[in-house]
Amino acid sequence: MWAQGNQYLTAEASQKLVAKRGTAAEAKIAVSVQPGFHVNSNKPSEEYLIPLKLTWTPGGALEPGEVVFPKPQLEKYEFSDKPLSVFTGDFDLVARFKVPAEASQGPGIMLGKLRYQACNSNSCFPPKTADVRLSYQVQ
Amino acid sequence: MSALRLGAVLLTGFLLGCAIYGCSPVKSAKAASLKPDGQRNAAPDFALKDADGKTVRLSDYKGKVVLLDFWATYCGPCKIEIPWFMDFERKHKDQGFAVLGVDMDDEGWDAVKPFVADVGINYRIVVGNDSTADKFGGIEALPTTFLIDRSGKIADVHVGLTSKGEFENAIEQLLQAPAKGGGIMEGSARPAGGSGRVALPAELVGAR
Repeated sequence: MWAQGNQYLTAEASQKLVAKRGTAAEAKIAVSVQPGFHVNSNKPSEEYLIPLKLTWTPGGALEPGEVVFPKPQLEKYEFSDKPLSVFTGDFDLVARFKVPAEASQGPGIMLGKLRYQACNSNSCFPPKTADVRLSYQVQ
Repeated sequence: MSALRLGAVLLTGFLLGCAIYGCSPVKSAKAASLKPDGQRNAAPDFALKDADGKTVRLSDYKGKVVLLDFWATYCGPCKIEIPWFMDFERKHKDQGFAVLGVDMDDEGWDAVKPFVADVGINYRIVVGNDSTADKFGGIEALPTTFLIDRSGKIADVHVGLTSKGEFENAIEQLLQAPAKGGGIMEGSARPAGGSGRVALPAELVGAR
């Protein structure tokens, strides 16, 4: 509903993913949250909070699998009785893929969306998505 | 002798109080947040549905002091303020005051109705949209709360969690002030300035 407006984080693949057919592969996605802001972790401590979630657009030679998140921080804010499970600053996600045996060899790009909901110490911002591009090479 | 001593104690206490809290009868920070009459813009009107599907217009509140709260269920700071607003509604509704909540959840009523029922919100809630937010200056940070005077003009804007006392002080000042004409609630289609948007003060939008 909301216009995307300002982004409070950036997300990009750390390097090109090179993988062989019939194997598993993983890519690091570097995420950077603006100073002074936090985003809810993938498993927020309160039911009403919107989790961090990475999804990949179907298509391409790679089959998306599990996304591994780092250990979240438990931070106490003025607006919450209990510490909240959040991410701040710079951190990496690990995106796992399968490369089917019959996958086409050659280069490609996986397009992902990182959905997040950011707050600072006294305000919250509508959920947004940041685009993620992962270049790969199937051998 | 004892009267003199009592006088000295009272004078000392008064001077100490002045030194700590100041001697102005109204605390300056809270009183100063209201814009002077001449600098207030008319609040943009809108028509949104409440939980019963009834159309609610801001102009329906003509003649009342309105606390207009943009909020969402995922917003922790908003949830701190909501019980305060329920208190204000209870305390001041018979004096020509109303709280109107504009929810900005993407999921609309699916998200709002359970929350409203759970908390027992005693004031009216409508579900807003981009257009509503745009009219009020492109609201992004939640909560954003407007205090609207009886003339339909925006007397105060708070972006982010604010203190209950600050709201209370402003509401009481607005309730005591007489109504003056000229607000959009009297028929104009646009706020003063003509853009159709309310310009939020620069210091309040710095985080956006």
